[in-house]
Amino acid sequence: MEKLSIFEVMGPIMIGPSSSHTAGAVRIGNLARKLLNEEPKEMKIYFYGSFAETFKGHGTDIAVVGGLLGYRLDDERIRTSLESAANKDIHVEFHRFEAPNAHPNTIKIELTRADDSTLQVIGSSVGGGEIVITKIDRFKVNLTGKYPTIWILHLDKPGVIAKVTSTLALNGVNIAFMEVFREDRGALSSMVVQTDQNVPAEVIREVNSFIGVKICRFIEPI
Amino acid sequence: MPVFYTIEDLLRKANEGSCTISDIVVEYEMKNSDLTREEVYQRMANNLKVMKEAAEKGMQQTEPTQSGMISDEAFRMAKVIREGRSLAGGVISIALAKALAVSTVNATMGKIVAGPTAGSCGIVPGGLLAVAEVKGLNDDEIIRGLLTAAGLGLVVARQATLSGAAGGCQAECGVGTGMAAGGIVEMMGGTPEQVIAAFALALKNMLGLVCDPVAGLVEVPCVKRNALSASHAISSAELALAGIGSVIPADEVISAMNEIGDALPRTLKETSLGGLANTETGKRIAEKFLGSMKIR
Repeated sequence: MEKLSIFEVMGPIMIGPSSSHTAGAVRIGNLARKLLNEEPKEMKIYFYGSFAETFKGHGTDIAVVGGLLGYRLDDERIRTSLESAANKDIHVEFHRFEAPNAHPNTIKIELTRADDSTLQVIGSSVGGGEIVITKIDRFKVNLTGKYPTIWILHLDKPGVIAKVTSTLALNGVNIAFMEVFREDRGALSSMVVQTDQNVPAEVIREVNSFIGVKICRFIEPI
Repeated sequence: MPVFYTIEDLLRKANEGSCTISDIVVEYEMKNSDLTREEVYQRMANNLKVMKEAAEKGMQQTEPTQSGMISDEAFRMAKVIREGRSLAGGVISIALAKALAVSTVNATMGKIVAGPTAGSCGIVPGGLLAVAEVKGLNDDEIIRGLLTAAGLGLVVARQATLSGAAGGCQAECGVGTGMAAGGIVEMMGGTPEQVIAAFALALKNMLGLVCDPVAGLVEVPCVKRNALSASHAISSAELALAGIGSVIPADEVISAMNEIGDALPRTLKETSLGGLANTETGKRIAEKFLGSMKIR
């Protein structure tokens, strides 16, 4: 484990009791919420492994719903997130699921938007509050939330990736990590770009307007 | 760039610059995170504020956790001090109360500073805030102690681990105790050598500590272990300030911790399959608690 800042050792400020089972769950919820980009009307949460056995005692259920409501790690409203969701008429369900070979602390989240469209996110809490999102809908990703991140759904055709990277370069944004995943040639594909700088909203809008780009979301580090 | 990878680096840089360990840690963080000196202090001051609030809040709490294993321990300890009935008295009894308080706040989903981890979050505030209270130290002095503690923890994070699942409780409460001991010595105006000695003495005495939480919860033995560790940190600082050193250098103690962590069986590394979690009472509590929480 490479820790770089002293505030990763003396910190973060968080709602207890467990960095992996509570803080990590808030972060997975936060990222899923940012990918959805609106308040969901329905949250279905599936726990796997150690999470399925001990989620109640660590408040993992409360933590992930808090994260989905947009509460940060240190927000004391997390404690009453289930009540808040109920007050907002958000339907919340908890289930178990089986995910052979997945990390023991894995959550699958299915969110429904106001227009009934859905988003599925799978993420794992990998220790010390650090997380990794491994799947967004049917696309495999590797998203940690540590860096400013752009997630793009685009058509798999020549030039789309080049256009995105050159636009970032022209705006002084350096790419730290980048990953492209497609299921079929020419079909809808996923691009995850983790950068060293925050990406201005107008750049995201510009990328969104490219032919071949279906969705472009910017996710601040969490 | 004032990089430090080992405890020896920290010590050498402090001696070369005729400054304290916390000075080196601040210099490092300014470069690493691109912050000003004031910003580093401010961020640590935010941590201190949360620690103080948790220590205060936890001493007033009496409601039990969902499992019922933890409830009014900090409240009881604070009452004993208030009524002048403490056996140990002074700084030790206050450290016990504050560490219990912060760990209780953690167990009941309150706000804490994970330092080095959430499960060991009571030790550093317990030890440092108790010493500050008894010795009348101000916030700037406590912040220097916290910076020192954080720098010591950073070395362990790089060289070994701060995770109970990887290294057992020695990597969480053990390291937290070493961090607190070093921080206390710095607050008390000890030399860099004494800071390092306190860290090494404290961690040495925590080597081999296993992570065996009942029902997988951060409650038993964690909450009371935080309290006892805070008292242990003060004892280690006391020895170091008396000029007592560690025969085994701090960096070698960290290596030993790593080796011991690797040698510990999986059952004793946060799996709740062995140790206290596997006792008759531990299993009974787990069955009752987890049974009532099952989902399909």
